[in-house]
Formats: sequence, C-alpha cells, structure tokens
Amino acid sequence: MQAGVSAGSREAVLPVALKDSAISAVLTFLVLTPLVGLRATEDSGGPLILTYRFGLVLIFAAIVAVLRFVLHLTLWRPGRIKGARRNAALASLAEKAEPLAKPVFFAFAIAFPVLAILAAGDLGSSRYYIDLGIYIMTYVMLGWGLNIVVGLAGLLDLGYVAFYAVGAYAFALLSTSVPLNDFLDGHLGEGFWAAWAFWLCLPISGLLAGFWGLILGFPVLRLRGDYLAIVTLAFGEIIRLVLINWVDLTNGGAGISSIPAITFFGIPFTSGDDGFAALFGLPFNAMHRIIFLYFVILALAALTALATVRLRRMPVGRAWEALREDEIACRSLGINTTLTKLTAFSIGAMFGGFAGAFFAVRVRFVSPESFTFMESAVILAIVVLGGMGSQMGVAASAILLIGGMELLRNLTFLKDPWLLGADFDPTLYRMLIFGFAMVAVMVWRPRGLVSSRLATIFLKERKKVSGDLVKEGHG
Amino acid sequence: MSALLSLAGVKTFYGKIMALRGVDLEVNEGEIVTLIGANGAGKSTLMMTICGAPRAQEGTILFAGQDITRLPTHEIMRMNIAQSPEGRRIFPRMSVYENLQMGAALHGGVHFAQDLERMFEMFPRLKERLHQRGGTLSGGEQQMLAIARALMSRPRLLLLDEPSLGLAPLVVRQIFDVIRDLNQTEGLTVFLVEQNAYHALKLAHRGYVLVNGAITMAGTGRDLLERPEVKAAYLEGGA
Repeated sequence: MQAGVSAGSREAVLPVALKDSAISAVLTFLVLTPLVGLRATEDSGGPLILTYRFGLVLIFAAIVAVLRFVLHLTLWRPGRIKGARRNAALASLAEKAEPLAKPVFFAFAIAFPVLAILAAGDLGSSRYYIDLGIYIMTYVMLGWGLNIVVGLAGLLDLGYVAFYAVGAYAFALLSTSVPLNDFLDGHLGEGFWAAWAFWLCLPISGLLAGFWGLILGFPVLRLRGDYLAIVTLAFGEIIRLVLINWVDLTNGGAGISSIPAITFFGIPFTSGDDGFAALFGLPFNAMHRIIFLYFVILALAALTALATVRLRRMPVGRAWEALREDEIACRSLGINTTLTKLTAFSIGAMFGGFAGAFFAVRVRFVSPESFTFMESAVILAIVVLGGMGSQMGVAASAILLIGGMELLRNLTFLKDPWLLGADFDPTLYRMLIFGFAMVAVMVWRPRGLVSSRLATIFLKERKKVSGDLVKEGHG
Repeated sequence: MSALLSLAGVKTFYGKIMALRGVDLEVNEGEIVTLIGANGAGKSTLMMTICGAPRAQEGTILFAGQDITRLPTHEIMRMNIAQSPEGRRIFPRMSVYENLQMGAALHGGVHFAQDLERMFEMFPRLKERLHQRGGTLSGGEQQMLAIARALMSRPRLLLLDEPSLGLAPLVVRQIFDVIRDLNQTEGLTVFLVEQNAYHALKLAHRGYVLVNGAITMAGTGRDLLERPEVKAAYLEGGA
C-alpha cells in the first residue's frame, strides 16, 4: 500500500515537474534575452555597439529549469512529510563525527604544507596554496580570539580589528625601532636584533593589545548589546584614524615598511652560509620562510584554541559563559562582573594582537588600509556563522568564507565573451556571496553551523547540550 | 537574638522618584521573615537594595554587624548572603549541573560534591534533570534550581524574591515546604518577598507589609494574617 502510493505520486510528479521546468526555462529565456542577452556598450570611438550574451541567458534558463525541477521532486512534492528522517540520520552522523573533528582538523592543518607541495608538484609552485593556508589560518585564529569575547562572554565587539591593528603596529614600531636595535645589539652582540626581533616583539605586541583591551574595557563596562557594539565600532575607527593622522609615529597612510623578516629561532632564512638552508643542508629556497610562517600561525592558532579550552574549564571561563546568559544572576552569585568582562576583553584582544604581529611579520609592511571596519565585519561573520562559542564551527566557517572568497578569483571561465565578458571581475561579487551565505545559514541554522556544545564540565560522562529550545541569537 | 540583617531609614531612588521612603526592617538569625505588598510597592527594590543594585542613597544596611550599604554587589554576596532573584534568572543555556557549579563558584567548589548530594535530597527532580539545559526545565523546576543554586554557596541568609511567581499551587506548596525544612533543620535565615501573602505569612515567623515604599505594618506571621487590613488588601479570595 505504502509503496503503491509513493509510486503513484512519483508518476504524477515527474511529468508535472518536467512540464513546469520547461515552461519556466522558456519564460526565463524570453524575459532575460532583452535584459541580459543584449548589451549596449560604448565603443572606444564613441558609438554604441551591441554585444550578444545568449550563452549567459541560456545558463540562467538552465539554472531556473534545474532548480524548479529539483524543487518539484523534493520540497514541493505532494504529500511530502516535513521534518525529516534524513535529517535525523544526518544528525546522528554528525554526532559520531564530532569528536573526530578536532584531531582531523589539526592533523590536516599540520600535514597541509606537505599535501600542498605534493599537489602542486614542487616546492616553488606550492606557494599559492601555502599562502592561502596562512591567510585562512590567520582568520581562524582571529575568529577564535573574537570567539572568546563574543561567543563565550557574549560581548558584541564590532571593533575587533582595532586590537589586530594595535598588535600589528606595536610589532612594526618595535621591530623597526632604531634605538632599541642599537641598545640590544650593543649589549648582546651585533645582529642580535635582526635574529630575534620577531620572537621578542611577538609577546610584547600581544600584551600591548591586551592592555588596549583593558583600556577599552573600562569605559564600556556599563554597556551591553547594541550600545556596546556601537562603542566598539567607534573604537575600531578611532584606532584607524589615529594611525592615519599621527604621522610622526606611524608614518600615516604610507605605513611602515622594511619590518625585519621572521627567523627560524634566530637563524635567518637567507641564502648565506649562516642561513637556514645552509645550516640544515638544504638547497636554498624562498619557500622555507613561507612554510615556516605557516607553522607559526598554526601554532599561534592552536595556542588560542588551547587557551580557550583551558579557560572555559576554569572559573573565569564559566563566569564568562554565565555572564553571557544573565548578568544580574551572575552578580547575585557573587561574581565580579566588572573583572569578568575586562578579562574577556583583554584576553580576546591579546590573541588579536598576536595575529596582528604575525600579519606584520608576514607582509613586512603595515598601513592603516589593512585595518578597516570590513575586517571586523568579516571576523564577526566568521564567529556568527560558525556558531558562537563553537571552535570547530568557527574554523569551518573561516575556511568556507575566506577559502570561498579566494575561489571566486579562480572563476576565470566566466570572463568568456559569451558569458559575462572580459571586464567581469568575480571577486567584486564576494561580498554579495558573503551576504547570501549569511542569510542562508541564518535561515537554516539560526544558531550557526555547529550549534550544540558539550557541557563544559561534567559529572561522570559527557552529555551533549542541544541547541534547541533556546532563544535564538541570545549570545 | 541579634539581628542578622537590619535596615535603618533606607531610601532608594530611581532617578528622582523615591522608591523606598525610609525602610526600617530586621531579620534575626534563624528566622523566616516575609515581606508582602502589592505590585509596585517596592518589594523587589528593597530586595535589590540589600544587594547593592540599586544602592541605597540614605540609611544603613547592616549584615552581621557590618555596614554593607556601600559595598559593591559581588562583595555583598560574598558575605554569605545568597539570593534567588525575581524571575529565577537561571542560566538557560547551561546545564543544571553547570548552574549549580556557578552557585558554588564563590568557594571554588570546596564542598561541592557534598552540597550537590544535599541538593539532590532536597530536590530529587534536579538529579533527574542534571544534564539538561536550564532553559528546558519547567517553571517549578527552574525555581528549584534557582534556590538550589543559591544554597550551593552555603549562605547564612537566603533572600528569596517571589519564589511562587507563575507556579501551580501544588508546586508552590512544595517550594514553601522546602523553605520551612531548611529553616527548621538547618536553622537557615530566610528573607522572603512574596505576593502570595497567605502562604508566605503562614510560613513566616514575622512579617512586614510594604505600601508605597514604606513599612506600614509589622508583626508575627499569624498576627498579620488575622488583621482585617491585611485580610482586606492582600488575602481577598486568596485563602
């Protein structure tokens, strides 16, 4: 009986679906032909010339047809039962996979340079992939850092880039500082600063950024939610404007260049006799430095993740989570909310500062342009899309968003004259796709990609705390 | 008996509006004292003023002989005062277990396991729900959790703000029974703010009536229950 019904409905569905998608395709083609298919462009000489883009129209029509066909067979299917067994199966699969997510992620991250070299063929041509890996990993780290502030403590920070900038500029200014260089070289031997600048300035930059977190924290302690967001947004802008206008210190919009390069714990990546390659008996290759940079950012990101995990199990981490839930209840339990907020702000800022210092040593040039509000927005989007408070979710969304935007650069086939034309630049549309991704995730997974979490502390066994039945967007 | 908590001439303002007009009140060691009053009389304000948020602008609040009027909230709570705030305010996304751990945060969880067992005896339902999120509990269970969380800090004084709010009569009785038990067996001092005047006055040793930010009547619970003014204003149809 059951089988007969489903077979019968499929028979009825298929012709309807085909007919509807054919009609939709034709209609789309007709509507889009004048709108998209014919394009008037100005010739260099002056007169308008008409270009034809029927290929593009056909592609749009095909997309519409296929989408409607799929919808007929799935969502619009008569008698379809909502809610789904398939989802349950998927959920149980996800549950089984979850404990593996972290080891798999880190194993892949560690093996990534090797895989990239194997995939690209040789060391030199793997540069693109490893650069991309560094780029993504920087955002994973920033996401994890902001996750402490937004995901754990529930303080909406729209100016996280300020701490990234403080870290980067602190690093740039310290490592290019001539008096410091002369002083340390004078006392500890010539070449000391060139060899150790990064390893000395990295912690200092992080601490300075953490200190700035404290400074920002004090005035905004009384604020919550929207008001806090506005003040942090303003703070991010203030830092950027100060960097532009305080020309004496920061060299203004021209930025600071010739930042000393990273060393392998004191051994420079140069082709000389005392360089990394010579000492390890390898042929010199500029890629050594890039791969080392990758491992440095991986270590920094891992440090962020580890610190977050440890902090969550400590009283201060639990106080953050409680603060996110209910500030008044927190105070009624004797928790010093002032101190709790300040620690969240400054620890989050510190990791932002580390990432900033890394950025400065990787690019070896900093300018205010790198620290616009857009960066804050992207980092926050990564945290929100990933599921606030979830580390693997944040890593996944960083890979999706940053890697996805990078993929757009490679869609060169769209530049075919039959499609969008040579002056079409897919990267310009990355923010659009960003927006679509945000909307899609918020519709289907309102609490982020990874929305359930393990209880931070547990009695005998770990039990999953599901994301259901909880107010959405509530921290 | 010496007063564990005493308020003298406490005035609290919201902006320019005086919410408490000089309240005098005492809670002795080992007592259950209840404060009843209509909506907007200032009951919760009084409760929160004891906790220092909002702060009393005039008058003094003494706890165990020490002036706590100007102390920050978290320091007040660290003097072994525990509060189950109005509306329960449990942590909805944290498990019951984590909620209880937050309650014990003050002592760094020194006698946590022991206290946890005590709470399970008192509220067996919490044991069943231990790994559920706080937000998924029923109203009565949430209230039990709020009280248990407050008790985890081993308080000398328990402040309860409307524990019967929005609960079924049977659940209210359960909760009041627990409060009575705590008081009789462990000698816990309880200051209870209630709208449910009949049950609260029956439970309490002494009671106060708050009208428009000022105490208008005081007496033993039984005594207040008998008074015609109280009957007329707070017990009509309630008993």
